[in-house]
Amino acid sequence: MDIKTTPTTFPGTIHEVPGGGIVTSKLDDVINWARSNSLWPLTFATSCCGIEMMSVAGAKYDFSRFGFEVARATPRQADVIIIAGTIVNKMAPVLKRLYDQMADPKYVVAMGACAISGGPFFYNTYSVVKGADHVIPVDVYIPGCPPRPEALLHALMALQEKIKSGQTREQIREQKPL
Amino acid sequence: MSNITAELAIEKLNNQFGDQIISSEMLYDFLTVTVARKSVKDVIKFLHDDAELNCHFLTTMCGLHYPDQAEQFGMMYQLHNMVANFRIRIKTFTSDAEPAFETLTDIWPSANWMEREAYDFFGFRFHGHPKMKRILNMDSLEGWPLRKEFPLEDPFRADKDDKMFGR
Ligand code: SF4
Repeated sequence: MDIKTTPTTFPGTIHEVPGGGIVTSKLDDVINWARSNSLWPLTFATSCCGIEMMSVAGAKYDFSRFGFEVARATPRQADVIIIAGTIVNKMAPVLKRLYDQMADPKYVVAMGACAISGGPFFYNTYSVVKGADHVIPVDVYIPGCPPRPEALLHALMALQEKIKSGQTREQIREQKPL
Repeated sequence: MSNITAELAIEKLNNQFGDQIISSEMLYDFLTVTVARKSVKDVIKFLHDDAELNCHFLTTMCGLHYPDQAEQFGMMYQLHNMVANFRIRIKTFTSDAEPAFETLTDIWPSANWMEREAYDFFGFRFHGHPKMKRILNMDSLEGWPLRKEFPLEDPFRADKDDKMFGR
């Protein structure tokens, strides 16, 4: 499929007419633009990467500047789940259930080496899932142990670009002819 | 406040249990007593009930595995008398292949999870425990991870091949 360019500002054009203006746009683009600017993350952290995620939520880095306004403690109200930390085999069914409980559209960010591959230290342990994508599908991966807050912000912005350009799993699936 | 010395505690235990007390030593100021397996619960109960020793607090307990010993499996208990700041460690060993011990949950309810942990990681059973099942690992895990024969690297994964990782 063809890669669309990412609209960086409001998608559409403004036609000046006497006494005001008319905006023309595509509804899909407006929906994507609105969704990408209001992504509510689920409060979900299973180990040390969670500390970095908290600092990104705090005043110094502050991801609400980018529309990740309110971290929700319930999956029913969350749009994006940031897997911040190691997923052990016992936790895997819980992660799956949380993901299933989130309302569509939903997005997943795998933060840190543990969420990507099982971790820098314990990837070969009997208790650890070797990558959260064994359990749920992931949209954006962030390498690092832990990734710096800037890296998480970058990943969240990458997710926004992905949504705006219609490249997430669900958007691609919807475009397929039935 | 009474002052309990290690000598006093040893004397009391020896008077009460005689040859059931196998050995005792001071490890870094910590009185450590090895007890025959069949009396370990009586010893702990005595330490708990005795008015002077008054070990009212179970600090911790865990399984032991020394594969080179004839009695390779064992349990370790740490008790604390907070009033007199007296602490004691009790060890017991067994040569059984499937070790089983008496539960302490009737003395301290807090022993419940620690005994489940010992079951989870060493496969020790505890007679009289209200809910003897795994606590930290997934229920379907096979084997006892903290026994020394359990492989250090994940025995269940197939995707990492030694050929490719140069090990
Ligand atoms: S990637 Fe590193 S910092 Fe993040 S959860 Fe794993 S061990 Fe902790």
